[in-house]
Amino acid sequence: MTLLRYIPLFPLAGALLNVFVGRWLGRRAAGLLACAAVGLSFVVSFAIFSLLRATEVLREPLFTWMEVAPLKIEIAFQADALTAVMLLIITGIGLLIHIYSLGYMGHDEGMVRYFAYLNLFIFFMSLLVLADNLLLLFVGWEGVGLCSYLLIGFWYQDHANAIAGNKAFIVNRIGDFGFLLGMLLLFWEMGRQGVWSLSVSELQNITHLLRPERVRLITLLLFIGAAGKSAQIPLYVWLPDAMQGPTPVSALIHAATMVTAGVYMTARLSFLFSMTPETLALIAWIGGLTAFFAATIAVAQNDIKRVLAYSTVSQLGYMFLAVGVGAFSVAIFHLFTHAFFKACLFLSSGSVIHALGGEQDMRKMGGLRRYLPTTYTTYLVATLAISGFPLTAGFFSKDQILWAVHSSPAGSTSLWTLAWLTAGLTAFYMFRQFFLVFHGKCRVDEPALAHIHESPPVMRVPLVLLALGSIFAGWLATPEFMWGSLWEGWLEPVFSAGGVANHAASEDEILFMGVTLAISAFGFLLAFLFRSPENKIAEWLSRSAICRLLAGKYYIDELYDFFFVRPFTASARWLAQICDPGLIDGLVNGVAERVRGGSLLGRQLQSGNVQHYLFAFLAGALALLAYFLGR
Amino acid sequence: MAPLNYYLVLSAVIFAIGVAGVIVRRNVIVILMSVELMLNAVNLTFLAFARSFGSMDGQVIVFFVMTVAAAEAVVGLAIIIALFRHRRSLDPREMQLLKW
Repeated sequence: MTLLRYIPLFPLAGALLNVFVGRWLGRRAAGLLACAAVGLSFVVSFAIFSLLRATEVLREPLFTWMEVAPLKIEIAFQADALTAVMLLIITGIGLLIHIYSLGYMGHDEGMVRYFAYLNLFIFFMSLLVLADNLLLLFVGWEGVGLCSYLLIGFWYQDHANAIAGNKAFIVNRIGDFGFLLGMLLLFWEMGRQGVWSLSVSELQNITHLLRPERVRLITLLLFIGAAGKSAQIPLYVWLPDAMQGPTPVSALIHAATMVTAGVYMTARLSFLFSMTPETLALIAWIGGLTAFFAATIAVAQNDIKRVLAYSTVSQLGYMFLAVGVGAFSVAIFHLFTHAFFKACLFLSSGSVIHALGGEQDMRKMGGLRRYLPTTYTTYLVATLAISGFPLTAGFFSKDQILWAVHSSPAGSTSLWTLAWLTAGLTAFYMFRQFFLVFHGKCRVDEPALAHIHESPPVMRVPLVLLALGSIFAGWLATPEFMWGSLWEGWLEPVFSAGGVANHAASEDEILFMGVTLAISAFGFLLAFLFRSPENKIAEWLSRSAICRLLAGKYYIDELYDFFFVRPFTASARWLAQICDPGLIDGLVNGVAERVRGGSLLGRQLQSGNVQHYLFAFLAGALALLAYFLGR
Repeated sequence: MAPLNYYLVLSAVIFAIGVAGVIVRRNVIVILMSVELMLNAVNLTFLAFARSFGSMDGQVIVFFVMTVAAAEAVVGLAIIIALFRHRRSLDPREMQLLKW
């Protein structure tokens, strides 16, 4: 069966077509072409998902990329249960975002370019999850970085957007450097065992031969890469700025692609990560801290998309927390449910922004429930899902993470408390946002209010589908006392090396569910009490020092700017303005100057006058004559 | 018949005049004429030796030299005309751009 190659092929073809002939197709046709490309990919992904047996691994070599003595790197695709799930998320959510973009970007000049980038994004992401070896995975890894740069800075005429694109790219490069080092070290270590390959399956066979202390370093470096791509402390700073791009792009980056790459990579190499409890512990702590830290920042933001951006960072923290306690399948499950409700949230916020003609400040919204009924409903559903309302998707996945943190031997009470508090914060900041946007007095500016309108059907349909997903996606994996989990059985073979899977006492699980629900409800209640911006306590709180600190995002950007960016630019300026003209140019020019001075004498001989030359010729001839005659 | 040495001294004098002309004159046409003078001085030497040794070789070479000299004069004059059209001058001191 040779189906796998078509999944990346269609978006690539779509992107190339749009790049080269898109301008003659016209905007509408270009958009439809892009949608069709991703749609076909989705159909193929779905076929593979349904054909794939749980324990099976499809492998499809295309051609040999390079062959140097014992080293042979193939362009080869593989698909197991994990890949199939990722492909469904990428192409499925990606397709909905494509369709939504038809409406959202319908009036934009650069729509053809936009859809070319979007298709390219899907291409690289599917390449990443389909890759059979780490090198090909790295190609996809870099590719999504490139596409995120292109899309974040899509409206490049605005300098801030271009800066945000640069920031995303540079921060990602730092992570990629770690990933690259880890990959090379792994390659070296495998070469020590005589296996000159970077294929994941071959790696899996020889893990027991690797030296543990080396594996610790390798996984640490690989995690730096994952932290860069999946926005974990300390490399999370690019993600909140990534919302400078068009809103569907934010949805694509935050939900279906890009940020999931880091989680996917750690899951794909779970057998390696499971070997080192130290790295896993670090990942768990980074994940937990990121979840909590980002959630606190989200509390005090006033930009509708910025809240969502920090919420993504926070939710990704949850995923890494699950990875850190060895619950890989749970992490992927949260990735899966998060893709639905986060895409839904972003696209709904896009619908709000679209309706208000570009307004993103929540203080200038409010009372939009009347004007945007569909968006209101989908937003509500997704907000409930992310806050962990019972029976929604987020409820099941978040609960499993908390349960895994508690029950896994790698987990601890402090980690659990961190995750538990984050659950409360999540409910608080999401409902704070929800009330600010949709309830209360309408604070929309007059001109925007005049043409406020619900989005066209092409945007509403994806919203509704995603909202449905936000509810039902979680039902694939329910606790034991309900109808059990399809999910675990499906992904079990992939993570057989280091699964957590101890569903001990289900009474405990119910208890924990209750405790989590309680703090989420508390968060909701607080948000409800402070729902009006005119509330006295809320107003007093918002002026407090801690709130200013939160609103300033702990001034991490400023810290980075002071400690890294400024010294770097200063040294670059010193090199460019002092060192380069003085030292480098001085050396080169000095050498040239000396040579020129030395040859000043010699070149006097060349007057250019023929008669001088003739005279020299004559003198020479006479001298020779004299010499021969006198001998 | 005059002794051979007379002819040789005469041709040496003519050759020296030609060399001096080539080196010191400031007109390209005169320089070309001086070159002709040098060629003819050599021709005279050839002829003198041919006569005194009773051999035909020298005579034959002189014919060759004359032919070449004619061709050289044609090409030389053509170059001079082209030069003059460009520069409105025949002073060799002004034709020194091909240095360095």
